[in-house]
Amino acid sequence: MAHDKMLDGNTAAVEAIKAARVKVISAYPITPQSTIAEKLADAVADGALDANYVRVESEHSALSVALGAQMTGVRAATATASVGLALMHEIVNAAAGVRAPIVMPVVNRALASPWSLWCDHQDSMAERDSGWMQLYCENVQDVYDLTMCAYRIAEDCRVQLPCMVCLDGFFLSHSMQKVRVAEQAEADAFIGPYRRHNSYIDPEDPMIVNNLTSSDEFTEMRYQQSRGFFAAESVMEEVFAEFKEQFGREHHMVEPYRLEDAKTVLVTIGSMAGTAKYVADLLREQGQRVGVLKIVSFRPFPYRQVAALLKNVEQVAVLDRSAGLGAQGAPVWLEVCAALQSMGLNVCSYIGGLGGRDISMDTIRHIFEDMAQECTQVYENPAWIDLKEHPMNIRQVLKHV
Amino acid sequence: MQTLQEKPMNGLARCDILGPVAYIFDAANTGSWRIERPQVDASACIKCGICQRYCPADVITIHKDQPDCVEFMWDYCKGCGICANECPKGCIQMVSERGDA
Amino acid sequence: MFDVVKQAKGLVAHGVSACAGCGLELILRNVLDVLGEDTVVIIPPGCSALFCGFGPEAGMRLGGFQGNLENTAAMAAGVKAGLEAQGNHHTTVLAFAGDGATADIGLQSFSGMVERGDRVLYICYDNEAYMNTGIQSSSSTPMGASTTTTPAGKLTPRKDLIAIAVAHGIPYAASASVANIPDLRRKVQKARDTAGPSLIHVHAPCPTGWGYPPAKSIEVCRAAVNTGAWVLYEVEGGRTTVNVKPKELHPVADYLNLQGRFKGVPADQIERIQKSVRERYEALVDKSV
Repeated sequence: MAHDKMLDGNTAAVEAIKAARVKVISAYPITPQSTIAEKLADAVADGALDANYVRVESEHSALSVALGAQMTGVRAATATASVGLALMHEIVNAAAGVRAPIVMPVVNRALASPWSLWCDHQDSMAERDSGWMQLYCENVQDVYDLTMCAYRIAEDCRVQLPCMVCLDGFFLSHSMQKVRVAEQAEADAFIGPYRRHNSYIDPEDPMIVNNLTSSDEFTEMRYQQSRGFFAAESVMEEVFAEFKEQFGREHHMVEPYRLEDAKTVLVTIGSMAGTAKYVADLLREQGQRVGVLKIVSFRPFPYRQVAALLKNVEQVAVLDRSAGLGAQGAPVWLEVCAALQSMGLNVCSYIGGLGGRDISMDTIRHIFEDMAQECTQVYENPAWIDLKEHPMNIRQVLKHV
Repeated sequence: MQTLQEKPMNGLARCDILGPVAYIFDAANTGSWRIERPQVDASACIKCGICQRYCPADVITIHKDQPDCVEFMWDYCKGCGICANECPKGCIQMVSERGDA
Repeated sequence: MFDVVKQAKGLVAHGVSACAGCGLELILRNVLDVLGEDTVVIIPPGCSALFCGFGPEAGMRLGGFQGNLENTAAMAAGVKAGLEAQGNHHTTVLAFAGDGATADIGLQSFSGMVERGDRVLYICYDNEAYMNTGIQSSSSTPMGASTTTTPAGKLTPRKDLIAIAVAHGIPYAASASVANIPDLRRKVQKARDTAGPSLIHVHAPCPTGWGYPPAKSIEVCRAAVNTGAWVLYEVEGGRTTVNVKPKELHPVADYLNLQGRFKGVPADQIERIQKSVRERYEALVDKSV
């Protein structure tokens, strides 16, 4: 029977990877992902997992090894964070283009520079158009559940797209929470054995994968990828429904929280959604009609569901954990605006929690207060909600002038 | 589970593959590149096979028992001239493809 | 499996878009002829990617993947790990990359593969520059050679790829040349049978990039061996054997003068090249058992 364990987010990811019976693991250490690489090595060393562990020399090679292995017809695992994901970027796109349904935890950490060890979403947001699905976790149970579901979704013959499961560095990767973990037999029944649906590397049935393609076919291959994302929308809900039936826990591409009669809604993503829900509860107790919309699947972006869930709302704001530099607003905000474009709503863009800055209850409260003043009264748009005073004067260095 | 041996073998079926894959083993008519062609003086040929060994396109066959002992696949011979250069007997001449060749 | 439109004698199509006189083409044909069908190949972008084909058409009749320029060794290691995880211990995983993809941008993943001991047969066909992009210098371009990025001749000596591999403790590493096909084929067989990583570093003449008539591809490489500019040797379990020892090394100018890329190299630099060629050859012969 399933049982409860105290796990941190990285260990929950490892439990789900083990449950999927991956056959090849390639990982490279990077804070805050490193314990995934370590615990997978432990699982192989102590015989709990029958897999080849390839101790690679970089993240670029980590994903290359995983891609090579998966192309032979097995599940391969790797995981990364931050600049490690940036180094993988080339292979991230390659894996998507050859439709290798790799599942990869991404432990969200800010991209340098400045150097930061701590959480924001710039690393995975920088990969948002790379052809990978992206699921974002609110808590450690999500890490386990969404990783399990990711194998089913990615490998579905209608989808055939790789998937990142994004978990906030330290906030989730290193937080111990109670997690319900399935028995291997239950996991086997849900995930099932790996089936190669598309191209492969097999000496007994040879083909050459990923060769040069002319403009005569390139557009069609990109379009094929887009159809994978289109199919993923329904496949995700199918898989989540099956997951609920088997394990009792409910997941959706987008999760409404207290939206029934909400006037004011904060859309957000990742672990800060939990804080937002908690603050919404407090404000509800004070009679404010507020709600939260949590984006679980950022790719594909559930724009129809977002529009439907927000259709009776008066005010919407989006809290992003990446800056969206040079754009009119941050990445999640852009998607929400596009989803709501026909509704004539003014959607505010809030940016916060960068480089590990905590999104506290006060931060969320400030956002709801600011929204009550019809947004943008206090802040610029996009509003850097947790910005200190005098941000341009934080380090002053003596130098020859 | 997940072994090559246990793959279901249901014969052959043509399947759509998504993304880039090459599955047609074909050859281009690289013989059309040729400016000069090798011409063998069969009477001097010792059938040593050196021309065959070094031909990058692998278009030479030696027939030890035939008078026309060196056969070229003209559809593919690019006319690089390595065979003529390497022939220990000097019995391969490169002649122009223009005119009567 | 492949739709075979035009048959070929071996696993490589006859009409492929390699330049006339291309050494790489001769190398790949011989390598695959020795290895046979129970082989999968990883090839990065570059001249050899032409064998992966264009669109639906392939120039080879075996399983393969065109990887990225710097991950040939890592992709191959992944393929090997995947095959082994399925109980396949027999298929040869061949990484086939040029000098740029091996000694420059791919050196890190190559180093990782060798250090881990992954059983991959890695062949570096060395045409001594980035030929596919238009003859730009690589770290394997020899001193004095003119390329499009060293128009006045390269000022520094080349990187010693085999020494790098040997420094990792690679079980088998060898140099080879199109000028000695039986030696190349023997080494491919030996590398295939090595229980661990192996490297064959093959001198791949390039008429387009080196500036000589296509007919002279073999002659140029033979001159390289006879002058000691390209030494045929192998290192097996740390033991060095020089396979071909010319009775007397020909002057290196006999090799340089055949090629346009060394045209105009000043006499004092030729002397320096001669000195370094002789010293390297003698050092290898001294080590040779």
